Amino acid sequence: MTVFLIIIVVALFAITVWQLTRIFQLSRNTNTLDSSQIANDKDNKTQGNLMLAFGIAFYIFMLYNFWSFGDRALPAASSEHGEEYDNLLLITMAVIMFVQVITQGLLHYFAFKYKGKKGQKALFFADNDKLEFVWTIIPVIVLAGLIIYGLFTWSDIMDIDEEDDPIVVELYAKQFSWIARYAGKDNVLGKANVRFIEPSNPLGIDNSDPYALDDVVTAEIHLPVDRPVLFKMRSQDVLHSAYFPHFRAQMNVVPGMITQFAFTPTVTTDAINETEYMRDKVARINEIRREKNEELVALGEEPLTDYDNFEYYLLCNKICGVAHYNMQMKVVVETEEEFNVWMAEQEEYSETLGDLIGAKKDRKSTGEELAQVEN
Amino acid sequence: MSAVGHVPVNEHPHDDHHHEGNFFTKYIFSMDHKVIAKQYLFTALFMGIIGIAMSIFFRMQLAWPSESFKIFEIFLGKWAPGGVMSQEVYLALVTIHGTIMVFFVLTQGLSGTFSNLLIPLQIGARDMASGFMNMLSYWLFFLSCIIMLSSLFVESGAASAGWTIYPPLSALPQAIGGSGLGMTLWLVSMAIFIASSLLGSLNYIVTVINLRTKGLSMTRLPLTIWALFVTAIIGVVSFPVLLSAALMLIMDRSFGTSFFLSDIYIGGEVLHYQGGSPILFEHLFWFLGHPEVYIVILPAMGIASEILATNSRKPIFGYRAMIASILGIAFLSTIVWGHHMFVSGMNPFLGSVFTFTTLLIAIPSAVKAFNWITTIWKGNLQMNPSMLFSIGFVSTFITGGLTGLVLGDSTLDINVHDTYFVVAHFHLVMGISALYGMFAGIYHWFPKMFGRMMNKNLGYIHFWITIIGAYGVFFPMHFVGMAGLPRRYYDNTAFPYFDDLLEINVLITIFAIITALVQLVFLYNFIHSIIAGKKATANPWNSNSLEWTTPVEPIHGNWPGEIPHVYRWPYDYSKTNEKGEYVIAGQDYAPQNVPLQEGEEELNH
Ligand code: HEM
Ligand SMILES: [Cu+2]
Ligand SMILES: [Cu+2]
Repeated sequence: MTVFLIIIVVALFAITVWQLTRIFQLSRNTNTLDSSQIANDKDNKTQGNLMLAFGIAFYIFMLYNFWSFGDRALPAASSEHGEEYDNLLLITMAVIMFVQVITQGLLHYFAFKYKGKKGQKALFFADNDKLEFVWTIIPVIVLAGLIIYGLFTWSDIMDIDEEDDPIVVELYAKQFSWIARYAGKDNVLGKANVRFIEPSNPLGIDNSDPYALDDVVTAEIHLPVDRPVLFKMRSQDVLHSAYFPHFRAQMNVVPGMITQFAFTPTVTTDAINETEYMRDKVARINEIRREKNEELVALGEEPLTDYDNFEYYLLCNKICGVAHYNMQMKVVVETEEEFNVWMAEQEEYSETLGDLIGAKKDRKSTGEELAQVEN
Repeated sequence: MSAVGHVPVNEHPHDDHHHEGNFFTKYIFSMDHKVIAKQYLFTALFMGIIGIAMSIFFRMQLAWPSESFKIFEIFLGKWAPGGVMSQEVYLALVTIHGTIMVFFVLTQGLSGTFSNLLIPLQIGARDMASGFMNMLSYWLFFLSCIIMLSSLFVESGAASAGWTIYPPLSALPQAIGGSGLGMTLWLVSMAIFIASSLLGSLNYIVTVINLRTKGLSMTRLPLTIWALFVTAIIGVVSFPVLLSAALMLIMDRSFGTSFFLSDIYIGGEVLHYQGGSPILFEHLFWFLGHPEVYIVILPAMGIASEILATNSRKPIFGYRAMIASILGIAFLSTIVWGHHMFVSGMNPFLGSVFTFTTLLIAIPSAVKAFNWITTIWKGNLQMNPSMLFSIGFVSTFITGGLTGLVLGDSTLDINVHDTYFVVAHFHLVMGISALYGMFAGIYHWFPKMFGRMMNKNLGYIHFWITIIGAYGVFFPMHFVGMAGLPRRYYDNTAFPYFDDLLEINVLITIFAIITALVQLVFLYNFIHSIIAGKKATANPWNSNSLEWTTPVEPIHGNWPGEIPHVYRWPYDYSKTNEKGEYVIAGQDYAPQNVPLQEGEEELNH
């Protein structure tokens, strides 16, 4: 592919240079007044034909893109509202491609069909109320449909229903990592503020808030399948954006306020790895990595690891500094039982706090002993 | 400027007091609108070279991540140790590329160049309402260019928070090096740019309102003038808001206020800021930012309309609808800014409102596209390079505009916001389309600016390679976005999931390099033709509008004698009388300064 393109580049350049020299010769004698630089019938013909050729080539190119890059698009959504999202996207894309094919076709065909000829008379056609009415009203109707569908889906997604008993999880963003905090057994997050941040308390949790005690701070997100989850997001420094592409979910994380987004994951990590889409994708990526590794080994460098399994991830999608491109967190969707097992292994904040207090006490007592020794 | 109605204040040519002057007053500190137009054009082209070179640099990094290139070492110096582009400079390049292309190239390259050139010439005025303000406007623009470019050489790096400069990233040097002196210079440069733009815009507005020649009513104006006029109005309405945002950001940065900042812990300490909101900044920024894209595209629309009609030898279809849609777009453009903020954390109900207004703006845009297509239908198309670029403009405007249906829909935006899908969308609809409009305008009015013709064959080469290359860059980019790849990522190989996009990224970069290189053909043609192009005739494209009634050698005051009067609209191409003959025997056009012929009716367009 690359070699092919490079050949094209070289060829195009050769042609350009050749044309340049020819034109240079032709335009030696410059101060004459003539109409040689205005399109004549011959130019009109060539360029008109090229327009048609381009129109066709453009169709082919679009098809080629869908054909060979279409499989790169995200897989079907792994969340409840994501289905609606995909549906709406499909409809919108269909409308777009329909209009695109027709209008580009007309444009390039007309450019070809009506290319100028001496003696050809253009039609003096300045106005037609009926036509204009028609092509105002058609977009109005199509857009009205899209707007209505879109707005219903939007309010569905954005209207967070606390009745469904969602798991509450805080997403905490900082340059350049994510931290998650589960609300724990009481499902209420303890208060927090940047002013409480200490090396031992990176989230700035308010230790005096009893709701905080059962909170669970983790470095990965685990979610039970089919259970709504409500993310409450906080940032300690700059804007970030919590982007879960596979769940069709995104919300900016804004310092100084709490933003939120809720969704219900519907496909476990295991299940999505079983899909044809994902198996192809993983195989494709491994193929690429194997090729790359051959090069790397030849250069005597460390080879890349295999991509054994797809994992969901959370990305940062708002420019937040130099390592913005590498600010991510693993997301695991699993069965309720697996989730409970995982959760039981995590440390509650009260335990962390207990350890801390213990540690502090230890330090203090050794300090006292030291002092005594010195006396 | 209280001149009445259509009577130009400066009715007589200035030959009584010669403005010959010395070299300085004639070519540098000139108050002649034609010279100022050229100054804008040269400056914008120069900035364009830099902006496009930057895009090639960061595209190379995306296609061949962390590979070492000699040119990086040469141009980026300490920012590319061993020839490998650093993370810092990647973001700086993206930021300055965006800023330069939007403001310095497309805003002033289009609005600055063509408002200055065309407004007086097409409305039959001897010059702008205030030549001095006009000169001042250009020199402020020049100053802002110098400051923006100088920010590239700052020790701690140029502004790197994206062209949208959202705080807190843009406010805190602790967060990113570029937010130190680099950002200060960015803000100063933009403040001066805004002042320049306001001076220019006010001048354009006053000139169009007051200095039209006799007979030139608003409904006889060429669409270029309508577009430039409305663009100036949008600029006056929205640029001051960006200025206030910039001033508030300067205060947050330097004077300890908290307009946009609150509860920040960075570099191991809590900052004092309390109660500000970054979302407020986003509102202020996009209140300008969105109209800005129309400031860029409306002049291109006007230029394309004019050139399509002239070269189709047909009137523009639906003249009044075209004006109405310009006005509709202008009005709606000021109430859609929230579509950039659907997932910013603002109230979701607001999102619904902005979805509604945004999809509304699709309607006048669709009308325009249909009208352009109908304009070339049954025409007698003269395929000059300017015509090709105008057709290309319609093509990319449609391709890019359609994906706006995805981005403008709050639901769908959730998952494509800030991905490469957005980059593909706005480059086609705004970047490439406006660039085509600019090229079309340059090829078309080159004879008016320099009295010579550009070489058409080079123009053809330029056009075809550019359109192939630009689609080659930006069409596949949609698929990268659909794969969920965020923009402003220095490297997409930090984890394996995006590995299979690299192939597309290589393809895109190769197309980008081709496209950028072929612009050299344009530059060569442009410069060579200024010096040694074929001499132009007075009206090479057989056009109707007034600028072609001036002599080939531009003079101060534009017309040697009386200013021509206007008797008709500018689109009487191929108009026939009852007998089916052209209204003026032997020519398929009837210039605006030609009175109605015997038996000819002025149609109520
Ligand atoms: C050869 C032509 C061009 C190429 C290859 C190109 C490429 C790109 C790419 C890949 C990005 C996104 C980088 C990122 O988000 O990481 C970008 C950003 C941008 N480009 Fe271009 N571009 C070109 C021309 C233009 C033109 C003509 C405009 C005029 C409007 C433009 C305006 C912008 C803007 C506003 C941004 C956003 C900057 C930011 O995110 O802060 N570009 N360009
Ligand atoms: Cu981030
Ligand atoms: Cu917008």
